[in-house]
Amino acid sequence: MTAEHGAAAEALVGQVVLPGDLLLLPAHYDEDAEGERLRLSAGTAPQGRLLCGPGLRRSGAGLLVTKCGLLRHRPGGGGAYWVDSQQKRYVPVKGDHVIGIVTAKAGDVFRLDVGGSEPASLSYLAFEGATKRNRPNVQVGDLIYGQFVVANKDMEPEMVCIDSSGKSSGMGIIGQDGFLFKVSLGLIRKLLAPKCEIIQELSQLYPFELVLGMNGRIWVKAKTVQQTLIIVNILEACEYMTAEQRKQALAKLSGN
Amino acid sequence: GVLERSREQLLRQTCEAVLLGVLHPRTAISLVLQVLSDAGSLLSCCLNAACMALLDAGLPLAALFCGVTCALQPDGTILLDPTARQEQEARAILTFAIASSNRKVLMATTKGSCSVEEMQQCLAAAQRAASTIFQFYRDSVHRRYSKS
Repeated sequence: MTAEHGAAAEALVGQVVLPGDLLLLPAHYDEDAEGERLRLSAGTAPQGRLLCGPGLRRSGAGLLVTKCGLLRHRPGGGGAYWVDSQQKRYVPVKGDHVIGIVTAKAGDVFRLDVGGSEPASLSYLAFEGATKRNRPNVQVGDLIYGQFVVANKDMEPEMVCIDSSGKSSGMGIIGQDGFLFKVSLGLIRKLLAPKCEIIQELSQLYPFELVLGMNGRIWVKAKTVQQTLIIVNILEACEYMTAEQRKQALAKLSGN
Repeated sequence: GVLERSREQLLRQTCEAVLLGVLHPRTAISLVLQVLSDAGSLLSCCLNAACMALLDAGLPLAALFCGVTCALQPDGTILLDPTARQEQEARAILTFAIASSNRKVLMATTKGSCSVEEMQQCLAAAQRAASTIFQFYRDSVHRRYSKS
């Protein structure tokens, strides 16, 4: 209840916040904005600007929460606050790596469905080693793993399959076979965390190829269809299982 | 029919007041509510369900909102969250949509007739009751995020 009328941001880190809650920032952030007052002591004020991440908006006195979830904080480099929320619907963000499905070829661009409100566009020259004579072999229905170069609310999102130095670094057309399915965005973030236990435990079960898209799509390919489907079922169930239940399920499977 | 249309318009006005539509231009946000059982106070039940659905979907909101129904009985007493029977016997039914930021009123609709003082009293009672509903939202979200 106190959060509705303004509570200190540091006090609420790691707790549930709801839309409408106002988070107050320590006073030294306002001093930097004014630029008039000199700080006499070195103090504990971090250098750099505070980053206001997803789920938060700047509003007068502090930060207004716009989504429900857990409040997170990263102290390095000026500090960052954001709300860790569970969501199924994806909103394109610049720099995200996603899996798109080709829906149409319109002249020199491909239209990809990435799960957002608009289809993304991908130019045929945005592949490694592609020239006007050497076009990539992309058909309607193919899966593409790429990243967004343009993604904001005002423009149609644009994707590329090369990084800033011109190398593909794992992006491009995803091969034949395999299985594509959709999970919630929170599970993807959990799987992409460094040293994720789920991936390590699964890799001891069977060898498999895995592509994770930030838009909630996962592509899996193992040696046989049955192994692929087993991995798909475990990944889908990981959202609702605790760590012990998962270990039990994997122990049963590896025993068979 | 006309009654459903009027409810749709009231819900729409309330949602548009709290949704941050600037973050999603050229996009339609459609909300579908299916009535499974109606035991009275239908409009405020729809408002509460709509708020929880918007929370669950992760749409950016400026504040939460809830619906409270008051029934004014013939002898002047105020009844909150009336059943269908109590609604039929009442002199007037007032429904308010109240936002979580300073308990502001987003929408008010009345069926029947009442004086201005009675309406102010119902509004005060509804604003007090809104706190209970917001606490319920908070507890539900706590439960959901404690599972992961």
